[in-house]
Amino acid sequence: MAIEDDVLVIGGGLAGATAAIAAARGGAAVRLVTYKENTLRNASGLIDVLGYHGSDEPIAEPFEAIPDLPDEHPYRKVGVDAVRESLALFDEITEDFYEGSHTETNALSPTYGGRVKPTSRYPASAAAGLASRLEETLLVGFETVTTFDAPLAAERLDSSVPFDVRGVTIPFPGDYRADARITRLAGALDADDVLDRQRRIGTREVLAARVAEHLGNAERVGFPAILGDHEPREVRESLESELGVPVFEVPMGPPSLPGMRLEDRLERALDEEGVRVEAGNPVVGYDEDDGRITAAYVDRGRRRVPYHAEQVVLATGGLVGKGIDSDREGVTEPVFDCHVPQSEDRYEWFHDEVFDDQPYARFGVRVDEDLRPLSSNGKPEFANLRATGAVLGDYDLAREKSGSGVSLSTGLVAGRRASEDLQHNE
Amino acid sequence: MSDAETSDEFEPVEVFPEAESGGMDLRSGADDCYKCSTCDSECPVAAVDDDFPGPKFQGPEQWRLKRKGDQDIDDSVMNCSNCMRCDSACPSDVPLSQMHNTARGTFVENRMEKFSREYVRNRILSNYGTLAWFGSKAPRLANAVMSSSVVQTINEKVMGITAEREFPEFAEQTFRAWWEERGGARVQSDEKRVAYFHGCYSNYNTPEVGKAMVRVFEEFGYEVMVPPQKCSGTPMFANGMLPDARRAAETNVAELSTAIEDGADVIASCTSCSLSLRQEYPELFDLEGIEDVSAHTYEALEYLRIHEDLSGALAESEVDSRKFAYHAPCHARNQGLAGQALELLEGVEGAEAEDVGDSCSGISGTYGWKTEKYDTSMKIGAEMFHHMEDAEPDAGMTECPTCAMQMEHGTGYEIRHPLQVVEDALLG
Repeated sequence: MAIEDDVLVIGGGLAGATAAIAAARGGAAVRLVTYKENTLRNASGLIDVLGYHGSDEPIAEPFEAIPDLPDEHPYRKVGVDAVRESLALFDEITEDFYEGSHTETNALSPTYGGRVKPTSRYPASAAAGLASRLEETLLVGFETVTTFDAPLAAERLDSSVPFDVRGVTIPFPGDYRADARITRLAGALDADDVLDRQRRIGTREVLAARVAEHLGNAERVGFPAILGDHEPREVRESLESELGVPVFEVPMGPPSLPGMRLEDRLERALDEEGVRVEAGNPVVGYDEDDGRITAAYVDRGRRRVPYHAEQVVLATGGLVGKGIDSDREGVTEPVFDCHVPQSEDRYEWFHDEVFDDQPYARFGVRVDEDLRPLSSNGKPEFANLRATGAVLGDYDLAREKSGSGVSLSTGLVAGRRASEDLQHNE
Repeated sequence: MSDAETSDEFEPVEVFPEAESGGMDLRSGADDCYKCSTCDSECPVAAVDDDFPGPKFQGPEQWRLKRKGDQDIDDSVMNCSNCMRCDSACPSDVPLSQMHNTARGTFVENRMEKFSREYVRNRILSNYGTLAWFGSKAPRLANAVMSSSVVQTINEKVMGITAEREFPEFAEQTFRAWWEERGGARVQSDEKRVAYFHGCYSNYNTPEVGKAMVRVFEEFGYEVMVPPQKCSGTPMFANGMLPDARRAAETNVAELSTAIEDGADVIASCTSCSLSLRQEYPELFDLEGIEDVSAHTYEALEYLRIHEDLSGALAESEVDSRKFAYHAPCHARNQGLAGQALELLEGVEGAEAEDVGDSCSGISGTYGWKTEKYDTSMKIGAEMFHHMEDAEPDAGMTECPTCAMQMEHGTGYEIRHPLQVVEDALLG
């Protein structure tokens, strides 16, 4: 009985971290185990609550729209107050790193595809780019950063927003490989690598000079989200002082620096709350006694080590995070084999049109009001297991733009209830 | 609108049947890569070396190119330091380090001149155990010779071994000599038995780590065995010297299998040794008993944490007040052990440990010893040095011998192994 904790959280993304912090604040001894790098690196860094429901029009007031969601939706299980509280916790953890807490109304952030996304919180680095600020905009892309085509994004944005948007592509200052990784470029901006030894000119200044040639009447400038890995604020402020206009980052796909910066913040918060974090090995099984999980087994390469805990939180992610798995026979939750509602007939998992309302996007575990996964007979699978985040079914995070809010609110509730149940048992 | 009526016309078949060769087919690994670039953003070499294409290319992409037949392995594979952080980064279970090791082995076999300076140097460095064996015969002389500036210059100019580093000192007495002098195990037990895989470094350079292992395990009532053994192969994998690694593995697997038959589990104090026996052995070699050895191998403190109440025992102990700056080696991270030492020391009265961040130390065994890699190695280590200075510790702490060299080289601090701290706490 060597490894023993009050609460064991499985999964280290936004949901798992929130659950662990909430349980630790409830006085529990918490251990978080995570297998690989989490999917925050694939995430834009925007914290959305609810962007769309039932129509193609973006939702302006997400909290007012939550009661209209179907009964099975995770938001309906935890209630709108929990969503608000979880955002307050997020604001506290991220401090001045995020903005948007001054209002409940959705902000509209431009995306690298030239669309706008409704979101509740946004990195401070994206604040100057919001569509509500009706300012003429210049988008700048780099020849080697092929994931952001600034002229194309600008053309699309220009046709849908009430201000002018232009886009240019320039070479990134310095001598880099054609396929240089964005972390490399971000690092060069962090360090402000010197490019002209004689005149002692750094990367930031050269970049600003190249952009200035295209500035024209633009009142703000947007870059792909590579403005610094560790010093984003400093990099942005340097560019702003050189250019004389606000500078913002356009959220990007993987590998996403705003996602990685958020990951760093979460790690720090977990550390401050005294959560023990273990990374590198998957949870592959469990012991059960009288309807309760008594231990989860961590696979350490050809051997299984028991981790004992009184309460367990499942936060392993969805199809992308691999908390939900599938093969030709069916869709499963691989750790505790929780029931995943699905049609017997595989041809009913999807519709032909890619962007239709796809059934498979809602696959995941179904939970009760207490977030406990339900077996096919509608009874909880285990008395002391709760599920949180993208492993949950009955909602479509990509379609609704609700991924972050569901992870935060179900994480908060699962962690809090887990620690309450401990006191209840004492 | 359902397609159900067409379902009997379309029967999917297995497109890629599983390899029959026992897991050496890397195809599924290449297919599992969905190009998210998480590995590239975690690669310490790619972060500082512009000409390094990164693990995504070195692994799955290069593997695919090779299917074309006439495509050579790119020589940049030799710039991979084998830290294996890409393994623990990949969200899709792509066996990246296995692909890199395989590619590196092929490159060295087919494309490296066997009389070139680089090949000879790499072979000498990766067979450090042999070098150390000679050194241990006359340790004082060897230390004097290796630290003389003349020899260092020759190393640099002729061999391509950097003169920037202080060559590690050979111990006056090897661990095995101490073990023999002591008369072997002092605890006998049929139930609790472990075989100690000390590796090269604890034997020739830091026998105090080996002694700490023996004393701590005996304190918990274990009978310690010290079977004959060769290098774990870690430096050989990193240099693409697979035939050398295989030869060493044959000895190790045979000897350790015998110990396992006698009821022992295998314990390593060096995290690269335990990782090699656990992961690289079964990934790269097909030897009788290799799976068994993998399944029975543990890092020392990991084993005690699982099988004994180690934290309970430590809670009743205390040490002289000291603050440690702890660095988790990449290879500890790969085994899920990055938080272990910190967690154990939390309970020890007097000991304080601060984590110096999750960057790689940059030395990666033999990598940072090569003249042309030295600058890269120090650039990678800069973040760790910086955090160590900030922590203002009394000493550094890490499980890995070469990380310890790098920590000492970059900051001047004395470096301890967590086992030594546990020994102090339990045995005074």
